[in-house]
Amino acid sequence: MEVIKARATLLTNQEVLSLLKEVGDAEKRKSKANRLQKLSTIVYETTRYLEQTPAATQDADCIKSFLEAVKKYNLTRAESLMMVNLRPTTPVEVQLIVEECEERLTEDQVDELAQLVIKHLPPAPGTDTQQTSITAPSSSLKPE
Amino acid sequence: MFVLAQMTDTVRVAPHEFGSDFQTALEKVVLNVGLCICFYDFIEIADSYLLPGDGASHTNVVFRFVVFRPFVDEILTGKIQACTRQSITLSVGFFDNIIVPADKLPTVSRFDDKEQVWYWEYASDDGEAPAKLYMDPGKEVRFRVVEEQFCETQPTTADQTPIEQQQSGEGADRKSPYTIIVSMSESGLGDLQWWVTAPAEDEPMDAGGEED
Repeated sequence: MEVIKARATLLTNQEVLSLLKEVGDAEKRKSKANRLQKLSTIVYETTRYLEQTPAATQDADCIKSFLEAVKKYNLTRAESLMMVNLRPTTPVEVQLIVEECEERLTEDQVDELAQLVIKHLPPAPGTDTQQTSITAPSSSLKPE
Repeated sequence: MFVLAQMTDTVRVAPHEFGSDFQTALEKVVLNVGLCICFYDFIEIADSYLLPGDGASHTNVVFRFVVFRPFVDEILTGKIQACTRQSITLSVGFFDNIIVPADKLPTVSRFDDKEQVWYWEYASDDGEAPAKLYMDPGKEVRFRVVEEQFCETQPTTADQTPIEQQQSGEGADRKSPYTIIVSMSESGLGDLQWWVTAPAEDEPMDAGGEED
């Protein structure tokens, strides 16, 4: 077996979750003898992990509208991917994701980004639906 | 966190399986690629050949696989699995070889020998005793990938331990094929509860961290 391209495309958690759900359903429909044990296990474990993340409540449309909305901030692909996968709602989380955040974005823009996340991406399962607070926990924790 | 890896291989279909789909299960770590999760699609299926002496057909295929391979500097969430004096082990359920070395924990962190657990000694603003935010197993944490390590695993001879398994997360005594070294030392990393903002509280961090 040869690897042609180790990193051909990046996938969002939501894409992987919907793919795994299909694979999981297809495996369930097969008779027990035809199922591949290792495939079932890893699909099950990965699905279980992803269902605790924001990906469980996302769909392709909300991700698309979010990416359109944040185009003007010039985030890299990796940063956009992390924003979609992690759904940061506080400035601390946004600053963690965006490299050299203080140089590229003003405080207002960081707040705006957090607001756009809350607006376009639904909350993860099990978290509060009202995540309106966008202030950092305390200023001593900021990377200063 | 996940990528599509493009690979090529020769698929051998035994005669009694002729007519069924090519569905492959590769639950293993491929060197320098990552942990293979599941098949994605075929890019190309070449002609099938029957080789002399073997009734099965052999087909060269190019396909894509969903692979777990976080990139360096990526932020992820996972659960604490175990603590030792040297490091904390984290897990994402399907993958367990995520290590936080002691020097990548938040400053200042201390190891409690009695409880065998690490805690973050967070100095309070108002000159009171520092808060101890424990990093207990089972807690959900955020971390940043610092480095990935792939090790070649070789079968061992009869006088040593039995042949190693290729699955990541197994083989506690030997190097595992794929390990991710991560850090929890920045603002925003570590226990998720440390960074939750509750509108009504002044010191949300302490309230969240010492719960349990």
